Amino acid sequence: MRVLLFLLVKEFQQIFRNPAIIRIIFIMPAVQLLVLPLAADYEVKNVYITVVDNDHSSYSHALVNKLVASDYFVLTGYADSYAQAMLDIEQDRSDLIIEIPGQFERTLVREDKATVSIAANAVNGAKGGIGASYAASLIQDFNTDIRTDWLQLPRYNPYPVIAITGSNWYNLHMRYDLFMVPGILVILLTMVGSFLASINIVYEKEVGTIEQINVSPIRKYQFILGKLIPFWIIGFVVLTIGLVISRVAYGIIPEGSFGLIYLFAAVYLLAFLGIGLLLSTYADTQQQAMFISFFLMMIFILMGGLYTSIDSMPEWAQVIAHLNPVTYFIEVMRMVVMKGSTFADIRSQFFIISGMAVFFNVWAVLNYRKRN
Amino acid sequence: MSAISIQQIVKTFPGKHSVVALDHVDLLVESGELFGIIGPDGAGKTTLFRIIATLLLADEGTATLRGMDVVRDYKKIRKVIGYMPGKFSLYQDLTVEENIQFFATLFLTSLEENYDLIKDIYVQLEPFKDRKAGKLSGGMKQKLALCCALIHRPDVLLLDEPTTGVDPVSRKEFWEMLGRLKTSGMTIVVSTPYMDEAVLCDRIALMQTGKILQTDTPQGIIDSYALQLLAIGGDHLYDTLQLLRHFEGTANCFAFGDKLHLSLKDNSYSAASVTAYLEKNGRTDTTVEPIQPGIEDCFMAYL
Repeated sequence: MRVLLFLLVKEFQQIFRNPAIIRIIFIMPAVQLLVLPLAADYEVKNVYITVVDNDHSSYSHALVNKLVASDYFVLTGYADSYAQAMLDIEQDRSDLIIEIPGQFERTLVREDKATVSIAANAVNGAKGGIGASYAASLIQDFNTDIRTDWLQLPRYNPYPVIAITGSNWYNLHMRYDLFMVPGILVILLTMVGSFLASINIVYEKEVGTIEQINVSPIRKYQFILGKLIPFWIIGFVVLTIGLVISRVAYGIIPEGSFGLIYLFAAVYLLAFLGIGLLLSTYADTQQQAMFISFFLMMIFILMGGLYTSIDSMPEWAQVIAHLNPVTYFIEVMRMVVMKGSTFADIRSQFFIISGMAVFFNVWAVLNYRKRN
Repeated sequence: MSAISIQQIVKTFPGKHSVVALDHVDLLVESGELFGIIGPDGAGKTTLFRIIATLLLADEGTATLRGMDVVRDYKKIRKVIGYMPGKFSLYQDLTVEENIQFFATLFLTSLEENYDLIKDIYVQLEPFKDRKAGKLSGGMKQKLALCCALIHRPDVLLLDEPTTGVDPVSRKEFWEMLGRLKTSGMTIVVSTPYMDEAVLCDRIALMQTGKILQTDTPQGIIDSYALQLLAIGGDHLYDTLQLLRHFEGTANCFAFGDKLHLSLKDNSYSAASVTAYLEKNGRTDTTVEPIQPGIEDCFMAYL
């Protein structure tokens, strides 16, 4: 016990003497939380449109005005022909072409129907797709407006109409920060757990100090605990800083309990410290540890449901996602922060993460050799 | 009981160009000895140390330290040895004092408890005790490393090339310290590539490419040098060297500083016959004189 205490004292002395680590601990969460949620916003705004109006009628003007009046569209300009409009798309000045055929108004009035073509630039898939569907729904709206004008007696609609109104549960105003910030907090903890811990141990290997430790009678578990505990504590510090930032900068107050977040984070950090430790038993240099960590981080982040919904991944990818510890913590964070879930709701995630923590730590301890 | 006993140790590092680092090594170090392992870089000294220090497993053979097997009883061995690796491996970001305290606590002891043992060395370090280990000079680093290796009063001290890269004055001081430590009854095994340090040991083993060539006292090794040895001086030594290597009586001939050392095959040759040979080949400005061999001459004779 006394030896462990001295190991911890030594570890903290070293950490506090390393300005780089201090900076990572305090600046990394601040920058990531202040910048990323604002940038990683999926809401599509500023869809640029080029209009080819072959009709120049009052209806066609009304339609274009309706589109441009919305928040989503910005008019790049009018073009005389589809080919000319294509130039705007090719030169990336426009995302959508709205082509209104000649005699649009006449056909609409006489034949009671008309066509409008929407062509979307799908290089940026999300923007093209969502832009086109916004446009379609606005045109639909426009359609309803004209019909209402035509019907002189609006008191009773001759056609039955179902009006759809939606309400976004747990995130009333569809705020992306509310959704992203908890996820980014998880990524921060993940980095502290796997990066810092593994690089720290590999550094001792590289410098050779680990030889001096190995040749002493110190026990394996003492050495490993001496490495895990400091980063476990740093993880909590980072989590606390992160929660303060999300409170101050975004006004996010978890619906659920802080205790539950910290409890889950405690086990989650253990799992990632286990991964970090495991990595350090395989890597011989800091460079190797860095690159393996980096590789794993990419997979963990992109397959952890931070940016993309896991339910919409192909089945094989869902299997991988469910082997990814990040997935569970992001899920839990969002549940607790947004829905106010209780322990009963996150029980399965909690036990899966506990299992992972045990699995990785046991593997790491078995693989750690005091001699080779 | 001998302090260290090594029988037929073999260690091969596998790979594309697999290296036999230790090739059936036998070694016996007596208790209380200052034992030197002398050999050039790549002789296998560090590998041997790491096996004795229980950091590396041998492929074949057995090694015991104070009767304890390095494989089976490694936990007990780690309590009684002090190991100082060749590469400086203390915490560079901790101060001198913190390093010593840290290594003391690893062995559940303290600086105060064993102060008498390291006093000589520690007084030299004391002015720098708040300096970070990484900021010390080479000689000071070695002293600190020795302090840390000694802090738990080990029975057997293993020093792997402690004086490599250290200035001559610090080297001399270091060996004086080892001499004083020996008087406390500690067994010290030290490796070095410097031949001049060999004579400071009680016994030495000459080591080359994974093999122990000879084990004896330094004087014993010198006495066992059976050949006549001549020192040859003069100008154009390189040409003289080439010339002498073609002399029929030459066993071997190497350059040693500003002289050539020439060993003769047998007693039918002498300084006079060498002088005659050189003069016959147009070298009149050379000096030829018989000398006593040193450890280095003994070592070179094996090449």
